[in-house]
Amino acid sequence: MDRRTIFGGRLLPIAFVLPQLLVTFLFFLLPAGKAIYGSFTRTDAFGLHTRFIGFANFVSLLDDAGYRAAFGRTAIFCALVTLLAMASALLFAVFADHEIRGRAIYRTLLIWPYAVAPAVSAVLWVFVMHPEVGIVGRELGRLGIHWDYTVNGAQALGLVIVASAWTQVSYNFVFYLAGLQSIPSSVIEAARMDGAGGFRRFRTIVLPLLMPTTFFLLIVNLVYAAFDTFGTIMALTRGGPGQATVTLVVKVYRDGVVNLDLAGSSAQSVILMLIVIGLTAVQFRFLGRRTIS
Amino acid sequence: MHRRIDWPAHLVLLLGVALFAFPVWLVFAGATQDAGAINRGDLSLIPDFSHLGIFLSVLLHGYGEAGGHPAWRMLMISAGMALSIAIGKIVISMLSAYAVVFFRFPFRMAAFWTIFITLMLPVEVRIIPTYAVMADFHMIDSFAGLTVPLIASATATLLFRQVYLAIPDELVEAARMDGAGPIRFLFDMLIPVSSANMAALFVILFVYGWNQYLWPLLVATDPRLDTIVIGIVQLTFGGFTLTPWNTMMAMAVLAIVPPVVVVMAMQRWFVRGLAEVEK
Repeated sequence: MDRRTIFGGRLLPIAFVLPQLLVTFLFFLLPAGKAIYGSFTRTDAFGLHTRFIGFANFVSLLDDAGYRAAFGRTAIFCALVTLLAMASALLFAVFADHEIRGRAIYRTLLIWPYAVAPAVSAVLWVFVMHPEVGIVGRELGRLGIHWDYTVNGAQALGLVIVASAWTQVSYNFVFYLAGLQSIPSSVIEAARMDGAGGFRRFRTIVLPLLMPTTFFLLIVNLVYAAFDTFGTIMALTRGGPGQATVTLVVKVYRDGVVNLDLAGSSAQSVILMLIVIGLTAVQFRFLGRRTIS
Repeated sequence: MHRRIDWPAHLVLLLGVALFAFPVWLVFAGATQDAGAINRGDLSLIPDFSHLGIFLSVLLHGYGEAGGHPAWRMLMISAGMALSIAIGKIVISMLSAYAVVFFRFPFRMAAFWTIFITLMLPVEVRIIPTYAVMADFHMIDSFAGLTVPLIASATATLLFRQVYLAIPDELVEAARMDGAGPIRFLFDMLIPVSSANMAALFVILFVYGWNQYLWPLLVATDPRLDTIVIGIVQLTFGGFTLTPWNTMMAMAVLAIVPPVVVVMAMQRWFVRGLAEVEK
């Protein structure tokens, strides 16, 4: 990262990096340090004595069946959101890459949902799927299906998965379309001459060439599903009914902000940090790319 | 040459378009209908155009009897937050990338890696301690608290760094021969060459700022600082005797329109920029 031509002066560059460093230190490193400190200590009920207890907070966390259940639930949630959001984006991108009339309009109409806030998309889904008010939800009831995501945990989880994937499709669509457009048409043409049919061309040529995009999107989508779906879940179900839609991030919020279990939520924060660090490391190691934050 | 119409493509794409447009059309249509009728399960896909006034009344008076704030206030807070975050991130990232690429100073690489680390510390993983830090600084329930802690950006810094590294040394030499100091070089050279990147970043960061939910929920409990996203989610759990469904839907439309307009108006920069930011 070194240039030959550089400017002299020391105070000016320090003044330039200072704002960013201050924000980083005060609002990122300091809280992260506090979380790590909190995860290894326990404070008595009056907040008078804090003592170091080693890994005890982590041990009790891993002993907690509720936490283990949230871990498994988050894994399933992330896998399904990622699969749904990536598969539908790939489908739309493949067809939007065809030379058809109005494709610029189609693209715009598939890209705008990127702008919809996750929390707001959840509110949209309420009006579609609410058991009494929702335009689809109430019809399910009339058809004799017991649809009520406010009491049925499996239905709630399903709805939260669909709503979370819905918001992420546009993002994936942009990347898959860019990936498809970078495949030289001569490659596809050659396969056509060899007599490979449409689906076979897709499976044996297009899909392998899209692997870097797919792998990159896989990491981005997992991070999105794990961390950015808090608003969607809170607006749709608040983690309920019971614990049915509690993901790890919702649990940190519930335990920390609502139930004020500081030691437990600090330990949870540290585990989440390790997960983000792991995913970011994988991304950089294999791709040299990064996510937006 | 006569070209066949590609029916499967049109079919799939129309299906996709409908999948996204349908819920938004539904809330737009629902906003113009009677709350009582919606409550009885009579929500319809056909808007009642004589009731478009609902949007104006939500803007000016909010959800009335429930004691909420007018939506224009929430929109102003959202816009203020989105603009401050987008512009703030662009400015401080541009400056730090400039310092790291074009100057030599003690702990230059340490500074760079410190900024880089923020990539691994999203708000979601440090909810409680961040709240504690904010409380120590008396930043809870303030507009500064809503925006300043979010303006660090490793992504934007890395992007500007790449752009700056790609500028040929000859160009920098020439500018210095002409007597350009560091400040003039920044304004006359770096800002113009990176303007397309800034436009792309602006769209992405504006949407990021506008769509925040966890952060305002955490640090701003004062209803006067409610963003439109916070306001609408609160309304869904309002516990009303008669839920004001139509008002909620009108607010949802108001929350969606501004960021969608920004993305669509700047689509070209956005699409190209997204790919660059991620590279």
